[in-house]
Amino acid sequence: MSYEEILTELTLNDERFIVMTAENRALVRHIPAKLGNRFIDTGITEQTMIGAAAGLALRGRVPVVHALASFLSMRAFEFVRTDAGIPGLPVKLSSFIPGFLSDGNGPTHQALEDISLMRGIPNMTVFAPADEDDLIKMLPLIWNHPAPAYVRINTRQTNYKHTHFEWGKAEVISKGHDVTLLTYGLMFEQAAIAAGILKDEGLSVGLINIRSLKPIDEQAILEATDGSKLTVTIEDHFLTGGLYSIVAETLLKNGQTASILPMALNEKWFKPSLLPNVLQHEGFTGKQIAEKILGYKTFYKQPEIAASAFAE
Amino acid sequence: MQPDTINIPQLEASALSVREHIIKMSTDGGCFVGASLSAADLIVYLYSEFLNINSNNLNDPERDYLLLSKGHDVPALYGTFAELGLMEKERLQNHLSIDDNIYWHPNTRIPGIEFHSGSLGHLPSVSIGIAMDIKIRGGSNKVICIMGDGELNEGTCWEAVLVANAYQLDNLIFVIDRNHFQANMPTEELIPLEPLHDKFTAFGAAVKRIDGHSFEQLHGAFSEFPFKTGKLNVVIADTVRGKGLPSIERRADRWFCNFSSTEVEELLRELHGKHVTQLTSETLVVR
Repeated sequence: MSYEEILTELTLNDERFIVMTAENRALVRHIPAKLGNRFIDTGITEQTMIGAAAGLALRGRVPVVHALASFLSMRAFEFVRTDAGIPGLPVKLSSFIPGFLSDGNGPTHQALEDISLMRGIPNMTVFAPADEDDLIKMLPLIWNHPAPAYVRINTRQTNYKHTHFEWGKAEVISKGHDVTLLTYGLMFEQAAIAAGILKDEGLSVGLINIRSLKPIDEQAILEATDGSKLTVTIEDHFLTGGLYSIVAETLLKNGQTASILPMALNEKWFKPSLLPNVLQHEGFTGKQIAEKILGYKTFYKQPEIAASAFAE
Repeated sequence: MQPDTINIPQLEASALSVREHIIKMSTDGGCFVGASLSAADLIVYLYSEFLNINSNNLNDPERDYLLLSKGHDVPALYGTFAELGLMEKERLQNHLSIDDNIYWHPNTRIPGIEFHSGSLGHLPSVSIGIAMDIKIRGGSNKVICIMGDGELNEGTCWEAVLVANAYQLDNLIFVIDRNHFQANMPTEELIPLEPLHDKFTAFGAAVKRIDGHSFEQLHGAFSEFPFKTGKLNVVIADTVRGKGLPSIERRADRWFCNFSSTEVEELLRELHGKHVTQLTSETLVVR
């Protein structure tokens, strides 16, 4: 099932749902014809769209709103915080091409602080599925929950079949006492490749798909840091405010410390190009991640990275 | 200040070359072809005839400024840079290369780009700041901000018109590439803009509306700059999205295009009027 199919099915079966977009139709191409007046395109007006979504929510609707991640999380930020956050209205934000997925667009389109911004809003919930399978397993719970939500939409295909999504729970893929990789969203696929290489090099490796950044699965983080000599956070986000910060906050809150290696974008935007080139250039392929952890080069072959579907 | 006559055949030849550059950038990852083609004549005219901008004065505080707020049509700007000697033509082949900085939106690592863009509705206000400082210093530089018509959905564009009017920025020109489309559909079918001339006039601007593909009309309008003392200048340039390629002109589904190398060859022939391309590449890749 695709993003568009699950949204269509849910909306047709539940008249509370309204689909909105600020003229970003890539995810909802066929929906206008099916939903009639429960599809609303406000044009290139992210702020007005969020305000209108709050108005619709006041009337009992659940608006699922679409825009590019950087404009949804930043241009409309104060509207999200003030109009959806303060009253705690169930406005559901679907953010398109977050993180590295903006490939050749440039810094204007690079949402690398969206997790940080969104989790700072009281009442807001924040999610980053690992791939399309994960996304489809998470969405029904997110959309039916009464809280406002921000979802880093990720429709990429991987071979991984994820477990059922439980509210606020991470997906613990494996546990290991040498190193545990904590990741979310697009980087899951590369982290899984890195975990495979590390295992082949003889390490005991844990891998956790965080899935839900807020609420956060503190128990999963603490078990990882406690049970592993090294914990690595891997994210296509700025170092500030993302998973590395969440892990640090969790440890401090629980009076613990741990050896953490953060992999994130530190005080920089990434070099714009097509996605496979970006990952290679920024050092975020599975092989590069594994070699950074190992501290030496290996002979493993990096599997081919699929181009972004929307840059074809 | 302005030459009385312009060399129209030469401008047309430049614009044709710029369109070739745009088409050549629309493969191996693609670019925003339709919007680039609609703005090509406008940009060629401004750099060739109106603006005091050349490879020797890019850091001169007395130069004119052009800010491309609808940043996704940057292939038209880079193509113009290449034709007018601001950039080496060979460099355009680096489009989307990780080793260069030529990607889908403008950035200041490319000499001649005054400000990065890509997020719509930002450069009207940035250009106001530049125009304000020129006023404060008593300079005579001209400042142009090119905006898309779809971009006018963003409220900040209209805030900028209000502020420019309040500060009587008659050294500033907002040029609207009125190609009648936003990403997915005709503007009038989604968020109607007309009567656009009246809207800007009501906000206090001095407005001219012209055919943005006619060098004669472009020259006629810009030769009258400043249009009215103490007023923001607005030029609404009516254009055609995809201009020059009948197979994509005015097509809602040909906005961001990533053509095959065969299609690029055919489109180049189509540009010269010798061919009609049968496009087979995937349509409507939406950004």
